[in-house]
Amino acid sequence: MAEYKAVAISEFFEKNKHLLGFDSPTKALITVLKEAVDNSLDACEEANILPHIIVKIKNTEKDIFQLSVEDNGPGIEEKYVKDVFGKLLFGSKFKSLGEAGMQSRGQQGIGISASILYSQLTTGEPAAIESKVKGKVHYSCKLSIDTATNMPVIEDEKKLETVKDHGTKITMKLKGLFRKTKGPYDYIKYTAIANPHAQIIFVNPEKKKIIFKRVTDKLPKKPKKVAPHPHGVELGTLMKMLVRTNSKTVQSFLMNDFSKVGSIGAKDICKLSKLDPHTRPNAIARDKSSDLMEAMQQVKLQRPPTDCLSPIGEDNIIKGLNKEYNADFVAACTRPVAVYNSIPFQVEVGLVYSKELPSDKQITLIRFANKVPLFYQQSECGIYKAVAKTQWKRYGLSQPGGSLPVGPMVILVDVESVWVPFISEGKQAIASYDEIIKEIKLGLLDIGRKLGSYISAEQRKYAKERRRKIFDRYSEEVAQSIANLTGKNKEYIMALIKKEVVKRNE
Amino acid sequence: MISKEKSDLIIKKLRDMYGNEVLKDLEKGNELSLDIIIRTLSNVLFDEKEQLITLGNKTQKRNFFSIDQARKFMQTLIVADACQNLVKSGKTTSIRSLYYNTKHTIGDSKENTFEDQVESDPIIEDVEVSINALREELHLRANSKGVMIGNLTIEDSGDEIDLRKMGSGGWAVPSIVEADIIKFKKCDAKFILFIEKDTVWGRFNEDKFWEKHNCMIIHGGGQPPRGVRRLLRRMHDELKLPIYVLVDNDPWGFYIYSVVKQGSINLAYESVRMAVPDAKFIGLSSFDQDKYNLPKEVTIKLNEGDKKRIKEILNYKWFHKKSWRDELNHMVEKGVKLELEALSAKDISFITETYLPEKIARKEWLE
Repeated sequence: MAEYKAVAISEFFEKNKHLLGFDSPTKALITVLKEAVDNSLDACEEANILPHIIVKIKNTEKDIFQLSVEDNGPGIEEKYVKDVFGKLLFGSKFKSLGEAGMQSRGQQGIGISASILYSQLTTGEPAAIESKVKGKVHYSCKLSIDTATNMPVIEDEKKLETVKDHGTKITMKLKGLFRKTKGPYDYIKYTAIANPHAQIIFVNPEKKKIIFKRVTDKLPKKPKKVAPHPHGVELGTLMKMLVRTNSKTVQSFLMNDFSKVGSIGAKDICKLSKLDPHTRPNAIARDKSSDLMEAMQQVKLQRPPTDCLSPIGEDNIIKGLNKEYNADFVAACTRPVAVYNSIPFQVEVGLVYSKELPSDKQITLIRFANKVPLFYQQSECGIYKAVAKTQWKRYGLSQPGGSLPVGPMVILVDVESVWVPFISEGKQAIASYDEIIKEIKLGLLDIGRKLGSYISAEQRKYAKERRRKIFDRYSEEVAQSIANLTGKNKEYIMALIKKEVVKRNE
Repeated sequence: MISKEKSDLIIKKLRDMYGNEVLKDLEKGNELSLDIIIRTLSNVLFDEKEQLITLGNKTQKRNFFSIDQARKFMQTLIVADACQNLVKSGKTTSIRSLYYNTKHTIGDSKENTFEDQVESDPIIEDVEVSINALREELHLRANSKGVMIGNLTIEDSGDEIDLRKMGSGGWAVPSIVEADIIKFKKCDAKFILFIEKDTVWGRFNEDKFWEKHNCMIIHGGGQPPRGVRRLLRRMHDELKLPIYVLVDNDPWGFYIYSVVKQGSINLAYESVRMAVPDAKFIGLSSFDQDKYNLPKEVTIKLNEGDKKRIKEILNYKWFHKKSWRDELNHMVEKGVKLELEALSAKDISFITETYLPEKIARKEWLE
């Protein structure tokens, strides 16, 4: 029996590699890095701490990498270490679309426990965990997952001498591939751009220390936990919610577990679905729940709440981009909260124009969902489609048909929502909902206009400069020829020409 | 050689126009500009009486302080200065070597004064026209192409040359063929046959056409250069020889005939010295294909460029003669052109043994 289970868990892993983000060694290293960094950022922000994160990647042998992520978060109480790191495929990460929740980085991932399991399966080594909670001892242990029981196993527990106030550190050894571009470095760089309140230090496999500086001391606004809006819920989610709810009646279920439903709204829904408001939620049969669902869609209700999200903010996007690129021009736009399928979302865009970037290549598009970089499936992503569909020519950039524009530029787009709609479980591309595309395009239009006026001002400046240079250049020749033809002094003629050039070029 | 007085006058003109006057404007704070006589169709006239293309007197400003004219202004002064030096030195050089002489990188830029000879040649022509000087008076010669052979003895720069004994290659016509360089001695030729292409000229030479028919044969390697055109004019005037022009049957060939006869747009100011209004068009005619039963396979379909060119030249004031228009219109109707070599379909020497002698004997030509 135990044997069978062990096979099952690794089989599950093998079968679902692509969903879990471990389908290639390059991707695996980024996935593990991402899970650890996301946890650190989320933990710090929740505890109102400005994040200070140290990432180290070491190439210990051929294709084996040791990755450690250390933060200054609140730390994890000794007794919770097991649950936080070792419970596999558990917790808030596996929320369905429309369930109560809040905007967090975590929802984009599979959880740190899967990373620990991947490391263990590829190298046989447990994860090393250190944790320090303020006022408590500095604790360390080795954590592995028993593939037979699917439970965490803790070994080698120690108390450490330390000067550290609080924080967590996790170290894993795994099979991977370190790519110089579109690899861990870019991932951290993009994370640093979207999180300018974080200080991130990265020690790469060549032992080079790269510092991504903190440029703002203000933590982002905290997201609020929100209940789903009745107009945005799906049948499967509704059925799950009916079973799990603590509410005793349908009416209270509607009022407590959903947003913007009052007693009138709840009664209307019950009436329309021909359900007694006092029915116990877990007694509603399958066919009845679809009636309920239909009624929920039809009843007029207030729009979903829009104050639940935590945007990066225009100033911070500009700061974030400025610190990572030697920018000639930066612009950003945070769109107001909008709604798709009754789910609130918010779009933020930014761009950097820098003469140091290649001017004959397509721009670099960096995509985010809830401030977490998206690395794969670019061309299937709604963000890509919105950028490609925007007419960049009118802002002075060339654009091959239906594709990204060409120019020395980086465009950033972040889509924030409690429920970001991804096209697949890989969670690397955002679905192309009309409302989302429209919002992205409106944001791009805004920064595009700013870019357009910058570029045309640059061109005017350049044209004037060029004129002056041309006259300067030709003046020498003309003065020499006139001197030869008249026998007069060249410097005298040159001075006359210069005077005229200045006079006429003002 | 050019007289000292003439050379001094040229130098003075160059210095006045491109030096002193420019400097005067500069000192007064005026526009820095040159008047350039326009050498395009818009400033070309056709003198009906003389049957010559002549240059009008429309000019345009070339202004240094205008960004798109600054480079040409600079180039004009550089060329004027170089010509001044050349005339002063008494040496003659080719327009190609003048190009190299004046080409250099400007300051520490990547730009050159001239990037290509096609940039410097028209500037030289501007200067020629502006100071009303002949090219040889500026001590310049064009790149020479063109070859002659026939029943004539000449003296070239003091060397006597018997043009009857020039082998298969012939005598290369120099760029400057004025009386002080080329002198005509004993002439037995009765006419001149001007041929468009060197390959066909080679056929005529190999078949000793000039010997059998007692004439001169000359080609200009396509559009004939100044030397060839000036030489034709001198031989016509001084030796009283009629000129027959033999070209491909296409708009380009026909245009070469018109240049030999009436002058060209670009060198309209030289027509008086170079054109031969009496020159006769002997072939190929658009009507020759039927007349000589040439097989269809040797014709070439007119392409879009050909058709456009026909339309264009039919609009020129000097293409209004009915016989010329008939030729071109017939070409359009048939939709084909003919190369001189097409006559080889009959026989390699059909052109020299049958076609040309017959045409001349029957006086089948256009004027």
